[in-house]
Amino acid sequence: MPYIPHTPDDVQAMLAAIGAERIEDLFDEIPEHLKAGRLDALPEGLSEMEVTALMARRASQDAGALCFLGAGAYEHHIPAAVWEIATRGEFYTAYTPYQAEASQGTLQTIYEFQTLMARLTGMDVSNASVYDGASGLSEAVLMALRANRKSKSGRVLMPQAVNPRYRQAVQDICVNQGVELVSVSLDRDSGTTLPAALSAHEGEDYAALVIAQPNFFGCLEDVHALTDWAHARGMLVIAVVNPTALALLTPPGEWGTEGADIVVGEGQPLGVPLSSGGPYFGFMCCKQKHVRQMPGRIIGRTVDLEGRPGFTLTLQAREQHIRRSKATSNICTNQGLAMTAATIYMSLLGPEGLENVAAHCHANTRDLVAALTALDGVSEAFTAPTFHEAVLRLPRPAAEVLPALAARGIIGGYDLGRDDPALADCVLVCATETRTAEDISAYAAALAAVLAEEAA
Amino acid sequence: MSDIRAELRYASTHEWVRLEDDGTAYVGISDHAQDAMGDLVYVELPEVGQELEATDEAGVVESVKAASDIYAPVSGEVVAVNEALEDTPELVNQDPYGDGWLFRIRVADTAELEQLLSANDYREQLDSED
Amino acid sequence: MSTPDTRDDLLIFERSHAGRRAMAQAPKALPAERLAAIPDSLRRRARPALPEVSELQVVRHYTNLSSKNFAIDKQFYPLGSCTMKYNPRGANRAAMLPGFLGRHPLAPESHSQGYLACLYELQEFLKEVTGMKGVSLTPMAGAQGEFAGVAMIRAYHEARNDQGRTEILIPEAAHGTNPATAVMCGYTVREVPVNRDGDVDLEALKAACGPQTAGLMMTNPSTCGVFERQIDAIAKTVHEAGGLLYYDGANLNAILGKVRPGDMGFDVIHMNLHKTFATPHGGGGPGAGPVGVSERLKPFLPTPIVGRDGDRYRWLDRNDLPQSIGQLSAFMGNAGVLLRAYFYARVLGREGMIRVGEYSTLAANYLLKRLEAVGCTAAYPERRASHEFLLTFAKEAKTLGVSAMDIAKRLLDYNQHAPTTYFPLLVPECFLIEPTETETKEALDAFVDAMAAILAEAKNDPELLKGAPWSQPVRRLDDVKAARELDLVWRE
Repeated sequence: MPYIPHTPDDVQAMLAAIGAERIEDLFDEIPEHLKAGRLDALPEGLSEMEVTALMARRASQDAGALCFLGAGAYEHHIPAAVWEIATRGEFYTAYTPYQAEASQGTLQTIYEFQTLMARLTGMDVSNASVYDGASGLSEAVLMALRANRKSKSGRVLMPQAVNPRYRQAVQDICVNQGVELVSVSLDRDSGTTLPAALSAHEGEDYAALVIAQPNFFGCLEDVHALTDWAHARGMLVIAVVNPTALALLTPPGEWGTEGADIVVGEGQPLGVPLSSGGPYFGFMCCKQKHVRQMPGRIIGRTVDLEGRPGFTLTLQAREQHIRRSKATSNICTNQGLAMTAATIYMSLLGPEGLENVAAHCHANTRDLVAALTALDGVSEAFTAPTFHEAVLRLPRPAAEVLPALAARGIIGGYDLGRDDPALADCVLVCATETRTAEDISAYAAALAAVLAEEAA
Repeated sequence: MSDIRAELRYASTHEWVRLEDDGTAYVGISDHAQDAMGDLVYVELPEVGQELEATDEAGVVESVKAASDIYAPVSGEVVAVNEALEDTPELVNQDPYGDGWLFRIRVADTAELEQLLSANDYREQLDSED
Repeated sequence: MSTPDTRDDLLIFERSHAGRRAMAQAPKALPAERLAAIPDSLRRRARPALPEVSELQVVRHYTNLSSKNFAIDKQFYPLGSCTMKYNPRGANRAAMLPGFLGRHPLAPESHSQGYLACLYELQEFLKEVTGMKGVSLTPMAGAQGEFAGVAMIRAYHEARNDQGRTEILIPEAAHGTNPATAVMCGYTVREVPVNRDGDVDLEALKAACGPQTAGLMMTNPSTCGVFERQIDAIAKTVHEAGGLLYYDGANLNAILGKVRPGDMGFDVIHMNLHKTFATPHGGGGPGAGPVGVSERLKPFLPTPIVGRDGDRYRWLDRNDLPQSIGQLSAFMGNAGVLLRAYFYARVLGREGMIRVGEYSTLAANYLLKRLEAVGCTAAYPERRASHEFLLTFAKEAKTLGVSAMDIAKRLLDYNQHAPTTYFPLLVPECFLIEPTETETKEALDAFVDAMAAILAEAKNDPELLKGAPWSQPVRRLDDVKAARELDLVWRE
C-alpha cells in the first residue's frame, strides 16, 4: 500500500483495541446510501518509477525553446544552493509556525526575509509574503481603503500601464467589496502614465493611486512626480515593483517627497523558477503607521522566559483565526517555501550580485532591442527608458509572427494585442542575464526569416 | 472577584460609563472585561468628532490571542480619546476605571444612562455567566 | 566589530562583512555606460543593505536554521485539520524536472502539451474522487478556494436575478476563514449552533434558513472530528430555502474514496491538496485549493481551466467561460503544487485513494481508544472518530491548574509535535488530533506513552508542564512584548 505502513497484524491489533471487526465498521455513522461507488474513472496506481518516467516524458515534451517572454515572470539564474536548502525536509515538511519554540528555523527565516524586503524597497515593515504579485495587489488595494480613513469613495486609480492580468485579478477579487477601480490612460508615445492623464481625475476622491515601476511595458515611470501628485491630493500610493529592478532603481520608500505607502510585487525573480506560474510569492511592505492594516502573517522578534531572543507570530488579532468575519483578509498562509528560497537567494547574491544581475538584464534587453530593430519594419514602440523589457512594433500582427517563431524554437515574447487591439502589432520582449549574445542573434535571425516568409 | 464600582453604569457588553458634571461621560471597559482579555497589546479608539449611536461599534481591544469590539454604551459625539493608550495599552489592565479609560462622549440623552445596568445588575450578569 | 561566526543564534545580517562576495553566484559587473539609458533621477542612490557573506556561510546558516524546526520528516506531527501526512519525495523530484521548472507560464500551447496533460488528468481525478462535475485548479490555497467557491455562489444567485440573498450560514465550530471569506464576498455571516454530540443543531438551522440565505458553508467530517450524520436533512433544508451548499475540504482525507461531497448534495467544494494530496506545507505554504462544482455552477468556475480538443490540450479562459468569476492570480495558480498532487494521485490510483480514508480513520480511532485508556477525556466519547478527534483537558485545568497549552508545550520535550490546540473554541482546553494514514502503529503508541507520562507529571510535578518546553532552542516566548514593542525588521 503506497505510503501506508500497516501490516495485517497491525491492522488486527488496532481493530481489536477499538473493538471493531473490520475497518468498514468505523464508517457506521455514515448513511449507507451516501457511500462512494467504485471510482471507475480513476486509473490503477503506478509505481514511483512509472509515474516519474511518465512525468519526465511530459516535462521534456515542453522543454527546449529559447524564451524571450517576461510579462510578469522572469527567467533568472538560480544558484544551486537555493533549492538544495529550501527543500530540506526541515523546511519542506514543517507546518505554519504556530508552536514557536519548535519552529524557530522558519520564524527566523521569515524575520530575515521581512528585513531583506524592507531594505530592498526602502520601507519600514514587510509581511511574510502573500500568494503572488497579482493577488498581493488586490490585498494592497483593500488595505489602502482601510488605511485611508479620510477617503470615503471606495475608489482607487489604476493606470492602464499596470499589468493587465493584475488589473483583472484585482477587479475579480475586490468586486464584491464595493471597490471601484478607475482607469488612468497610457501615453501612447512614451509608454508611461503622464501627469496630464492624472489631471482628468483632479478634484475627485480616491483612496489611492497605483504606480507600477517598471510598468507592464517595461517603461520607467516618473515615480517622483506621480507620488507627489497623489499625496498632495490625500491619496495613498501603492507601488508595484520588480524586485530585481530595485537593485538599480529608486526604492519606493524614496519616491517623491514622502515615499510610497504600500509596496507589493511579484517575488518570483528572487530565486523562484518559472514553473508555469507558481508557486511564486507576493511581497508586501508598508510604512510603520499602516502595519495594523496589513494582511497576512507577520513575524516579530521578542525574548523567551530566560531573556534570550526568539521569534514568534505577532499581530495575530488582525487574522482570520481570531477576528473571523472582521479579519483584514481570509489569507492564512504565506508562500513559505518560495519565500525561503528568496531569502537564501538574496543572501547569496548580496548587494553587488543583485545589482549585476539587474544590470545584465537591462543591457541584454537593450542589445535585443538593437538587434531586432535593425530589421526592416521593426521599431521600438515607446520612447521612455526601460528596465528589462521593451515593446517592439512589427510589420505584421504579433498573433501571426509569434507562432511562426515558436515553430522555429523561439518563444518571442508577449502578444500585446491580447489585451489591447490597438497594440496588435506589438510584442513585449525580455532578455534577462540568462540570454547570451548567441541567443539574441538566434532570435534576430529567426525573426528575419519569419518576416521574409510572410512578406513573400 | 472582579472590581465593580458602585458609582458607574455598565453595558451588558462590559463597558462602563461615568457621567461628569459637564454632560460628558467617560467610557471604559470593566475590570472583569480586562481580566478576561488578558494583557492588552493594542486599543483602537474612535475618532474625535465621531457621532455614535448607543450599541455602535466604537473601537477594538486586542490581546495576543483575542480581539473584542467595544460598543458605545450611550449615544453622542466623541469629544476626546485616551491617547496614552496608543503606546501603553496596559493602562487598561492596570487601571480600568481610571487611567485606562477609552474615550469621552458628549451624552446626547441622559435617559439612556438609566437603561444601562447598575453595579448590582452587572454583578448579577457576571455571576450568571460563570 | 566582528561577531564570532560560530554562534548559532546570529542573524544572516550579523554574519555580514563589507566586501565579502559569494563570487560564483552572479554575473560580473558591467561598465557603467551600459546603464546610461536609465535616468539618474530614477537610480537608486545606495545599494540595498543585503548581507555580504560567502556561499558556505549562507548554506551553513540556513541549514542550521532548518534544524531548529519540527517537521514531518523528523517527528510525528498530529495537527488536527492539517493532515500532516508523509510528503513523498518522488513528487518533489517529478515537479522539479527541468522541463516543468523552465516552462514560462505564458508559453504557447504548442510548448505546453506535457504540462497541460498532467493538469487535465488531475482535474478529471479530482472530479471523480469528489463526485463533482467541474474542477478548476487555479486557487492558490484553501482560503482562495473558499473565496472562489463563495464568489461562485454569489455569481449563481446574481445570474438568476435572485435578489436579497445576503447571508451565509456557518456552524459555530467552523474554521475562521469561513466567516472571513463570506465577508470578502460581500455577505453577512450568521452562525449556527452545534449540539452536544458534535452535530449541527438542525432545528436552529431550519429557523435560520430563509429567502436571505445564499448558502451554508460546512466541513464534513466537522472540525469536531465527527461525521455530520444529518447531512441529508441539512442539504434538503438549505436547498429548499434556495441556498447552496459549500463543502470546506479541510477534512476530505477522512472520507477520501469512501464518501463523495457531490453525493452528499454539496454544490461547491474546495480541496486542500497540501493536506489530502500530500503536497508539502513548506512552513506555511504554498498550498493549492482547487474548487469543484455541481453542474449548475460550472459556468462560474475561476479561470483558467484546462480543456481538451481531440488529443490537444488548451487553456479555457473568459472567452470560453464568459460568466466566470475570473482570475485569482497573475497566471494559473501554484502549478508546482498541482504537479506534486498529480504524482501522488497517479501513485495511489483508485485503490490507494480508497485506502486513504480507511487507514486515516483506523489510525484516529485507534489513537483515540488508546488515549482514553491512559486517562485522556474525549470530547465526544459516544462518537466514532473521523480521521481526527477532540480531547478536552478541562478537568486537568480545573483540578491541576495545567492548561492544554502546557500539555502541548510539554509534548515538544517528548519529541512529539503538539496537536492543534484551542480549536474549535466551543470545546474548552481542547486538542484536535489527526494522526494520518502514514504513521506506523509504533509511532502512535509512542505518542500515547508520551501523553501518559505527561498526565502523570501533571499530577506529580505540574511545574514541569507550566515551564515547558525545556528542550527546544528557546523557552516560551513573550508574545505580549512581541505585540507591544513591534520588532519586525532588523536594525543594526
